[in-house]
Amino acid sequence: MEYNIVIGLETHAELNTDTKLFCGCSTSFGSEPNTQTCPICLGLPGVLPVINRKAFDHTLKTALALNCEINDFVNFDRKNYYYPDLPKNYQISQNHFNVGNNGSVDIIVKGEKKRIGINNVHLEEDAGKLVHPEASDAGHSLIDFNRAGVPLVEIVTNPDLRSIDDVQGYMHTLRNILQYINVSDCKMQEGSLRFEASISLCRKGAKVFGNRVEIKNLNSMKAVMKVLAYEISRQKELLDKGAQIVMETRLWDEVDGVSRRMRTKEEAHDYRYFPEPDLVPILVDKKSIDRIRETIPELSAMRRQRFTSEYLISDYEAGILTESKPLADYFEECVKLTIVSPKELSNWIINDVLRVLNEKKSHIQDFTISPKMLVDLIEMKSEIGGSIAKEVFSEMSNTGKDASSIVREKNLTPLSNAEELNFIISKIIEDNPKAIEDYGKGKKSALSFLVGQTMKITKGKANPKILIDIFREKLENNL
Amino acid sequence: MFLHELTANGIREKVKNREVSCVEVVKELFRRIKQKEALIEAYIFLDEEGALSKASEIDDKLESGKEIGLLAGIPIAIKDNISTKNIYTTCASKILENYIPPYNAFVVKKLLQEDAIIIGKTNLDEFAMGSSTENSAFHITRNPWDTESVPGGSSGGSAAAVSADMAFMALGSDTGGSVRQPASFCGNVGFKPTYGRVSRYGLIAFASSLDQIGTLTKDVFDAAMLLQVISGHDALDSTCSALDVPNYLSDINCRDNVVRIGIPREFFREGLDSEIRNALMNALEIYKKNGAVVIDLSLPHCEYAIATYCIIATAEACSNLARYDGVRYGYRSRLDDDNIVDMYSRTRAEAFGDEVKRRILLGNYVLSAGYYEAYYLKASKVRNLIKNDFDEAFTKVDCIISPTCPTPAFKIGEKILDPLEMYLSDVYTNIANLVGIPGISIPCGFTTAGLPIGMQILGKHFEEKKILQIAKLFEQETDFHLQKPKLD
Ligand SMILES: [Zn+2]
Repeated sequence: MEYNIVIGLETHAELNTDTKLFCGCSTSFGSEPNTQTCPICLGLPGVLPVINRKAFDHTLKTALALNCEINDFVNFDRKNYYYPDLPKNYQISQNHFNVGNNGSVDIIVKGEKKRIGINNVHLEEDAGKLVHPEASDAGHSLIDFNRAGVPLVEIVTNPDLRSIDDVQGYMHTLRNILQYINVSDCKMQEGSLRFEASISLCRKGAKVFGNRVEIKNLNSMKAVMKVLAYEISRQKELLDKGAQIVMETRLWDEVDGVSRRMRTKEEAHDYRYFPEPDLVPILVDKKSIDRIRETIPELSAMRRQRFTSEYLISDYEAGILTESKPLADYFEECVKLTIVSPKELSNWIINDVLRVLNEKKSHIQDFTISPKMLVDLIEMKSEIGGSIAKEVFSEMSNTGKDASSIVREKNLTPLSNAEELNFIISKIIEDNPKAIEDYGKGKKSALSFLVGQTMKITKGKANPKILIDIFREKLENNL
Repeated sequence: MFLHELTANGIREKVKNREVSCVEVVKELFRRIKQKEALIEAYIFLDEEGALSKASEIDDKLESGKEIGLLAGIPIAIKDNISTKNIYTTCASKILENYIPPYNAFVVKKLLQEDAIIIGKTNLDEFAMGSSTENSAFHITRNPWDTESVPGGSSGGSAAAVSADMAFMALGSDTGGSVRQPASFCGNVGFKPTYGRVSRYGLIAFASSLDQIGTLTKDVFDAAMLLQVISGHDALDSTCSALDVPNYLSDINCRDNVVRIGIPREFFREGLDSEIRNALMNALEIYKKNGAVVIDLSLPHCEYAIATYCIIATAEACSNLARYDGVRYGYRSRLDDDNIVDMYSRTRAEAFGDEVKRRILLGNYVLSAGYYEAYYLKASKVRNLIKNDFDEAFTKVDCIISPTCPTPAFKIGEKILDPLEMYLSDVYTNIANLVGIPGISIPCGFTTAGLPIGMQILGKHFEEKKILQIAKLFEQETDFHLQKPKLD
């Protein structure tokens, strides 16, 4: 049977602030367990939260970038539930007075533009992390509170996503926006981007949607795609059999690739939200909205368009270059530094720079070759020849040295010096009478052969254009 | 006069003038404590060693002519719900029996900066929930004026210690009257500042929007002195005001502000003990004699105050107390639990007392889905109406005077089985917490049985100074504050 699908997505992104949301502890990733904690983020008796203004500004920036209406009265609420990784057994979150509401994101799915509604954008604190020992009979679990209190922006869509392609397009666009406005690193492997999905199916043509299933614990975009594919087929199978979908919360098991029941609607938590009395409401005036709005850069969709018209590169290339803001910035930095055509720069970046970054599993921000260094190399190309240029590029990417010093050190300077070249060429003419003869008979390919031989002997250091000129001159004279 | 009978300011003068050393003061005080503590049981923890070492530190300072703090050499007791670094802080609860905070509360830091000497931690109703100190998990505290009676609560230990001359001054906390009511029962001066005047950082929360640290002292001047030290902005408490702290000590004898006194008629109706009513009427006569005008007032929404208070306080409490789960610190059930939920349940069932459990249940109820609007939200609205009553009243008067409590100290065990009767003990005091205004309780007479009677003076937000002046006038005209319980 054919079904319509309705999906809503909640995204939690760790904000890239230096310190936690309500205390001064560092947010850096990968430290020894429980070394980035203090009485406040451990929820010791008597402590109080103090809002990190930068985290708030980042949330405001996110809400603005997602075209939300900004609330002038913003407040926090306590979300009460017991879990060992939650130090206070309540999470400071927002329920009634979010930072932003009623936003939207435009995504492109199969070439078509689609608008996804954003229900709300709000700010909350992260919980710690449970570490379960490998032995199943260990009888205990450990808790690392380094992550407890790290600021999260939560972005909640309306149920506007109608297919897995929509979801993929939305997640990519959202990640791209968060990175562009520089509020989150969106590093999946560090868990800085996490999702919860809700999905319901109904038979095509039916007016009422089926029961909603929520799925928690989705720590990557891949997991979201996998779980939704799994859920759609699971629910289809049930509906085909005429069974009812149970309204419930399921947990994604990454290892086994299945979702499992966590709790049914009857067992659902009552979070007993109420306004957080330890924080004062934040009044957001037009001035602070304008101040934050000014810090939002041109987003990738706009930039992609501009790249094709301003730099005359293809939409495909512009798409790759604007995929991440640092890469697009890198490209534009290069453009500014040289008269080399943007098209050629784009070729270098897409073919060479991205290949090396891929091999090294590295990011453009950490790339050893600065835009200035790349431009210097490309400008040198006409002099040293394409193949040497590529060789120098790979050396640069390994060592971080600039092009001219590599050329100098490795003695890669092209043999444009006539005396030395004349000597080598005379020798080649002497050694290859057959080719000289062929050339005399008008066989133009003989010239290519001779140039090739010279390149071989000079290990590619000669400039082929100059070589051709010299050979021509000598051979014409000889005849 | 014995050293321990002096006021804090009296000790301060003696120490400053080098008539007595801080070590001598501490030793003398501990002699007194050793005589009387077995009877009163005001303390949960005494730190004689720490007090002596701090005392000799200050003596060294004095010796070398270094500048000394405002509270130099004054031994002070701290209610055991205020965090003291490396000193047990139990909230009189089994669940925190072995908890030692790794940090000092803001007020404790301030005290130490001003060279006060911390002598120990005083008894309270568990997590400050109660009006008699009978809800302590460890022991009851007796009223020095009648050891068969309660000292009031929840700061009963602090009040009894000051009253029995076992501390020169003490810190308490006041969520619904927990400083003013025991001050009234024990014949002290008890001051609850404006919400936000004193940082709550380190005060173990009961009800966050109502809690405020307050003072228990032997007279009004001592209250002003202690308030001066603990008031002020703290970046670690978002609800703490950044307003400048006026000098409470200068002009404390000024009488210019004793002008219009409001008397809320709702506070003088049924349930008020007649001896207390008479004491209040006499007190008002003294003010009138000194030029004040007494104005009849109505605070129409005050009849909902107790219900409003019960809902807001318990809602906040159930959330604040959720962290005591046996996972990270404090008591954990010793039974081998096979799952975390059982561990939570047993830990909390075994280590919380009945009154705390009652309030946690009530709080969860009023916040739960389907009830939130009917209870918590409605209570928040009523709270605003009560605030409006006071805003309106303060356009006509400079302060509001009432009894602190409807009755004098009651007998131990008399009300413990009737929680509602117990809650009524806060009927005149918890309104100040709902509204956030400052209030003081000062002695204004004695019953025929010889129990102290307290008078409450409420003022506008941040008008602590005016309240202190109004209270000081009364003290200068009377000698109730000079009476001491006979403990021999
Ligand atoms: Zn921290």
